[in-house]
Amino acid sequence: MAGARTAEEAAKKVAWINDPRIRGLAYQIVLIAIIVLLGYEFIHNAALNLEKQNIASGFGFLKNTSGFAIVQTLIDYSEESSYGRVFFVGLLNTILVAVIGIVLATVIGFVVGIARLSNNWVISRVATVYVELVRNIPLLLQLFFWYFAVLRSLPNPRQSLEISGSVFLNNRGFFLPKPVFGEGAGLIGIALIVAIVATVAIRFWAHRRQDRTGRIFPVFWTGVGLLVGLPLVAFLVAGMPVTLDYSVLKGFNFVGGLRVIPEFVGLVLALSIYTATFIAEIVRAGILAVSHGQTEASYSLGLRPGPTLRLVVIPQAMRVIIPPLTSQYLNLTKNSSLAVAIAYPDLVSVFAGTVLNQTGQAVEVLLITMLVYLGLSLVTSLFMNWYNARMALVER
Amino acid sequence: MTDRSIAFVRTEYVEKLPAPKTTIGPVAWMREHLFSSIPNAILTFLGLYIIYLVVPPVIEFALVNAVWTGEGRDACLGSEGACWAYVGAYFEQFIYGRYPDAERWRVDLVFSAGALGLVPMLMPTVPFKRANAIFLLGVYPVAAFVLLTGGHVDLNGFLLPDALMAPSTLKFWVDYGIVAAVLAGGAAFLTAQAGADIRNTVRVVLGIFAILGLAIFFAGFDFGLERVETDVWGGLLVTLVVAITGIVASLPLGIVLALGRRSKLPAVRLMSVIFIEAWRGVPLITVLFMSSVMLPLFLPEGVTFDKLLRALIGVALFSSAYMAENVRGGLQAIPKGQYEGAQALGLTYWQMMGLIVLPQALKLVIPGIVNTFISLFKDTTLVLIIGLFDLLGQIQSSFTDPTWATPYTSHTGYLFAAMVFWAFCFSMSRYSIFMERRLDTGHKR
Repeated sequence: MAGARTAEEAAKKVAWINDPRIRGLAYQIVLIAIIVLLGYEFIHNAALNLEKQNIASGFGFLKNTSGFAIVQTLIDYSEESSYGRVFFVGLLNTILVAVIGIVLATVIGFVVGIARLSNNWVISRVATVYVELVRNIPLLLQLFFWYFAVLRSLPNPRQSLEISGSVFLNNRGFFLPKPVFGEGAGLIGIALIVAIVATVAIRFWAHRRQDRTGRIFPVFWTGVGLLVGLPLVAFLVAGMPVTLDYSVLKGFNFVGGLRVIPEFVGLVLALSIYTATFIAEIVRAGILAVSHGQTEASYSLGLRPGPTLRLVVIPQAMRVIIPPLTSQYLNLTKNSSLAVAIAYPDLVSVFAGTVLNQTGQAVEVLLITMLVYLGLSLVTSLFMNWYNARMALVER
Repeated sequence: MTDRSIAFVRTEYVEKLPAPKTTIGPVAWMREHLFSSIPNAILTFLGLYIIYLVVPPVIEFALVNAVWTGEGRDACLGSEGACWAYVGAYFEQFIYGRYPDAERWRVDLVFSAGALGLVPMLMPTVPFKRANAIFLLGVYPVAAFVLLTGGHVDLNGFLLPDALMAPSTLKFWVDYGIVAAVLAGGAAFLTAQAGADIRNTVRVVLGIFAILGLAIFFAGFDFGLERVETDVWGGLLVTLVVAITGIVASLPLGIVLALGRRSKLPAVRLMSVIFIEAWRGVPLITVLFMSSVMLPLFLPEGVTFDKLLRALIGVALFSSAYMAENVRGGLQAIPKGQYEGAQALGLTYWQMMGLIVLPQALKLVIPGIVNTFISLFKDTTLVLIIGLFDLLGQIQSSFTDPTWATPYTSHTGYLFAAMVFWAFCFSMSRYSIFMERRLDTGHKR
C-alpha cells in the first residue's frame, strides 16, 4: 500500500460483501443448502410414493427367494436361491464377459493398430477400413447383428458346424470339449508354478549376467520351453490324468462338454470387435508419438529391428498408450451392461432387470448396481494409475 | 601427354536412360509396398484373402442379389440378397416413427431449419457467428419444441396457494413476476451492500427473466398446431432429438461443472468432482433405468414427465459429466498468464471467465465436443431398452411385421441402420479432424 493509506484503512473501505472469504463461504453455504434441500425433497417424495405403492424399503429383500432360473451361472444357483445370490451370479457373469472381452479387444486392437502402421499397403488399408467402419456404428447395433442375424440364424444342433467332431457351433451355442481333471492332475499345477518361478529366476539371473559380461541369454524361448515343457512332462509322468469330455448330440441337443451360450458369444464378439477399434487407434497414436529419431539412434547403436521395437519404441509408446487404454477397458466393462438387450444374464440384466421388476425396489437395486460399476471403475483406475506411475518412473 | 591426344568432347547429351524397372512404376511400387520380404508377401496374400472373404459376399448381398422393388414378402422370398423393397416400404416410419402423416411437414421444417442454422455455424469462414449461435441455441430450440409437440403448454402457476387464485395461465405469470421481483430485490440489496450501482444489477436479473419468460410464453402460446404426444415419435426423429438435446443441454451444465471442479472453494470442488465421477463411472443403461424408474419416485405426487423427457434428463446429466471433463481440458490448456492478465485488469471472476478464458478454452475443445457428440449419437440407440423407438428401435420393431417377414429382413434392416449411423458418425469425425487441424495453430505442444 502506497502513501498514507494503510492496509487497515483500505480494509475498512471494502464492504463486507466484497470480502472474497465471506463471498466464498456464502456461495458454499448456499450450494450445500440447495443440495440438502433437494436431497430431502427427493427422499421425502420417494418415501411417500413407495408407501402409496405398497413397496417395502430397505435391503431385506436380498434374503428373499428369487424363484427364477438363470441360464449361465458360475457359482451354485437354483430357483430357491436368494436375491443376494442373484446379485453375485450377475456380478460374476459381468466380470467374466469384461475380462474375456478386454483380453480379446487388447489382442485385436494391438494387431490392428500395428497393422495400420505397416509398410504393407494392403494390410494397412484393410486395418484402416476396419477401424473406420466399425467404430462409427453403434455398439448396440453390432450386438444385435452378431446375436440376432449371425448366431440366431446358425443351423440347428443336428446340422451344426463342427471342427473334427469336437467343437460344434449351432443356434444353441458353442460346444467345446471340457477338460476333466483326474487323480494326480495336481502335479501339473505344481509343475506350472515351478515353471513360472524358474522363468522369473532365469530372467533375473540373465539380467545380472548381461550386466556383468554383456552376453545375452535367450530368456523368452527358455521361458516358453519351461512353461510348456514342464507341465507336459508332469502330464506324461502322472499317467495322463486329464481327459476331455466331448459334447455329444443326443436327441435335439448336445449333452456333456462345455456349452458357451450364444448370448455370451455374441456379447464378447461385439464388445471386443468394437472396443478393439478404439484400442487400435490408441496404439497407433502411441507408436507415432515416439519420434523417429529414437529408432534411428537405436539402429545406429547397432540394435536390430526386433530389440529396437522391444527395448526402445514400445516402452516409450506404452507410457502414451496406458492412460487412454484404461478408459477403454472401463468403457468395455460399462458397455457390457448392453447384455440386457440380448438377455445375457449379467448384473444389469438379472439384477437391475428381473429382480427390480419382481421386487419393485428400484432405489435400492439401482443404487447397488450403480455402486458396483462405480467401484469397478475406481478399482480399475487405481490399478492403472499405479501401473502408470511405475511406467513413468522409468523416465530417469 | 602427347600432341596426338585428341580429346573427344561430345557436343550433345546422351539420351537419358529410363530409371530401372525395379525402382519406378507399378512393379517397383508393388515390390516395395507388398512384397519387400517373404513375411510381407505372406501378409499381402493374407490381406487379399480377407478382402476376398468379406467384400464379394457383401456386394452380392447388398447389390447383386438384392430386391429393389415389390409389395410384401413374396417379392423378396426367393432371393439370397437384401430386401431393399422392405426398407422402401418402411422408410417414412424409420424417419418419423408413428408421427401423424398430416403433421410430418413440421418435422421436415425442424430438420431443414436445423440444417440451415448448423451448416454456416460449422464453417469457420462464414461470418455472423454470434447471431447464428443465438439462433441455434436460443430461437431454434423453442421453435423446434413448439413445432414438434404443438406447443400450447398448460401453465398453471406454481407458487401462490390455489385458494388465493385459481390455477390459470394468468396465475403462472403472476407467480413468475413475484419470483422475478424477489430475486431482483435480493440482488439489489446485496449490490447496495457492496456500494455499487443497483440499477445495473436489477437490469441484468430482470433481463434474464424476460428472455426466459419470452421462451415460456412462446411454448405456452396457442399457434393452432395440433398436439402430438411424444409416444408417437420415433425413428431418426427421436435419435436426433435425444442426441441434440443431450449435447445442447450438457454444454452449459458441463461448463459450470468444469469451472466448479477448478474452483478454489472446497465444497464446490468436492460436489463437482463427486457429480462428474459418479456419472462417468456408471453405464448409460443404468442411468436410463434410473431416469425411467427412479425419477418418478422422486417427484411430488401429481407431477409426471413423459418417457421421452425422462430419458432426455438422464442423457443430459450423463453427457454433462463428459462435457465437463472436455471443458476442463480446454481450461487447463489456457496459459496462466491469461488468468493473471484478466485479474490484473480488475475483472471479476465471471468477467474473467466469460470474456477471457472461456472463449479461448471452448474454441480449443470443439473437436472434443464433436467427439462427445459422436459417442452420444451412437449411445442414443440405448433408449430402445427403456421402450422408446429411436431409429434402431423402429427398425427392430418392424421385424415383427408378417407382411415383410423373410429370412433376410433383419439383415437388411441392420445394414440400413448401419449405413445411416455410419454416414452421420463418419462425417462428424471427419469434421472433428478438420477442426483439430485448423485449431492447431502451433502454440500447443
